[in-house]
Amino acid sequence: MTDLATYNFAYLDEQTKRMIRRAILKAISIPGYQVPFASREMPMPYGWGTGGVQVTAAILGPKDVLKVIDQGADDTTNAVSIRAFFQKVANVAVTTKTREATIIQTRHRIPEEALTAGQTLVYQVPIPEPLRFLEPRETETRKMHALEEYGLMHVKLYEDIARNGHIATTYAYPVKVEGRYVMDPSPTPKFDNPKMHMSEALQLFGAGREKRIYAVPPYTDVVSLDFEDHPFEIQHFDKPCALCGAEQVYLDEVVLDDKGGRMFVCSDTDHCEDRREHGHAGHLLAQQEAAE
Amino acid sequence: MSAVPLLKVNDVSKFYGSRIGCRNVSFELWPGEVLAIVGESGSGKTTLLSCLSTRLMPSSGIVEYHMRDGQYRDLARMGEAERRFLMRTDWGFVHQNPADGLRMTVSAGANVGERLMAVGDRHYGNIRATAADWLRRVEIEEDRIDDQPRAFSGGMRQRLQIARNLVTSPRLVFMDEPTGGLDVSVQARLLDLVRGLVHDLGLSAIIVTHDLAVARLLSHRMMVMKDGLVIEQGLTDRVLDDPREPYTQLLVSSILQV
Repeated sequence: MTDLATYNFAYLDEQTKRMIRRAILKAISIPGYQVPFASREMPMPYGWGTGGVQVTAAILGPKDVLKVIDQGADDTTNAVSIRAFFQKVANVAVTTKTREATIIQTRHRIPEEALTAGQTLVYQVPIPEPLRFLEPRETETRKMHALEEYGLMHVKLYEDIARNGHIATTYAYPVKVEGRYVMDPSPTPKFDNPKMHMSEALQLFGAGREKRIYAVPPYTDVVSLDFEDHPFEIQHFDKPCALCGAEQVYLDEVVLDDKGGRMFVCSDTDHCEDRREHGHAGHLLAQQEAAE
Repeated sequence: MSAVPLLKVNDVSKFYGSRIGCRNVSFELWPGEVLAIVGESGSGKTTLLSCLSTRLMPSSGIVEYHMRDGQYRDLARMGEAERRFLMRTDWGFVHQNPADGLRMTVSAGANVGERLMAVGDRHYGNIRATAADWLRRVEIEEDRIDDQPRAFSGGMRQRLQIARNLVTSPRLVFMDEPTGGLDVSVQARLLDLVRGLVHDLGLSAIIVTHDLAVARLLSHRMMVMKDGLVIEQGLTDRVLDDPREPYTQLLVSSILQV
């Protein structure tokens, strides 16, 4: 009975999971290389993370603990519905705690808390091809990857500096993986790029519409491209988080009223809550407590 | 000038099924020499140029190139990576339509700098300075460096395409009707510019054109093609002043006089 129960576990049929796992294995053996796979129709529209969901479904086991984030938050529509989906089709344990999760599916962010060995981060990728907007032909971009012709990637960065005076690409910032393949880290802010470098966790990328899977195995070199005289920099924020007072984290701007009031809060909700539980308070929270 | 040819073409033919593109073409191109290939449309000029520049594989025959290390290499036997590297460093290709050779959606500076970045230049300041220098050399004002080529006139686009090709100091440049589609005064300026650059840089060039005036101005030597065959070749002035073949005589006498 227990054997039967795990059959067709997690929505996809066994043959499909086998096919996706083979693609994942190939992707892990060639870090940064985009492996084509026969992406299936999923019960959600393209753009909602069909690639990530398929990767998660293929690697999910009954003992896994799943966390799903969208823009760093556990409570947004995309995160809530994907989490509910896996609760229903796989009956796995879910969590919002980064530390407790074994698989984290993400749409835009890498959690602030450093991931550890044994954890897997699954990215939902809209456009896997970093060269796409410069070279629209797939045949040509594949050839460029094969022959390691990446001059074009720097043309994009050159254009940025020529127009804005600095590299203005803030998300989907191209990286070179293990000194070979140039990879699009999906629409994560470039703030998170350094976290990919030598990460202890396995990072898998699934693009459902574009039918590509790629991966960054643990302890892999991930270097953001730049110029010698315009080195790579992450975003900096002037103020700490308004709720938990955290610095050196990625912040979201939240509009408070129609009189120009706004605050900056952690994009990673779990990190923010965790800090508040431990007694940290940002200036807005402190004001609120003082008023009470 | 070194004593060995830069390009050796031996008995090159290209067939499209049963149709003939070009047949049994042999010649040698020497360093610093400009060769014009003339003939009417459909005579096989562009097919020949494509075979020489590895854009097409010849059906038979051998094209050998004198590499910088002094070795002759059969282009058809080169690996694709090496061939593409050669094409973007030691060679240039100027298309008739600048939109084919330029990236229309990135700035002029990036268009010129692309080859530099492709060979590993990673210093923005240097790339930009080189790009500005090349824009000046092809008579494009420096303040246009951040404009996209689609904001340029036809003549400027063509000059930009030339700058983009010459930035890595190639030794051999292929040009396919470089002045086609330009009006006469712009043509004259472009020809003047190309002639100056070829002379200053000691480039070798193969220019395909149907315009005998272009051949006269730019080339040292010319080949006349008809129905895929080279029917006459020799020094440009000799061929144009004293054409031997009836077809060449017809071509020369068809030039409009004003």
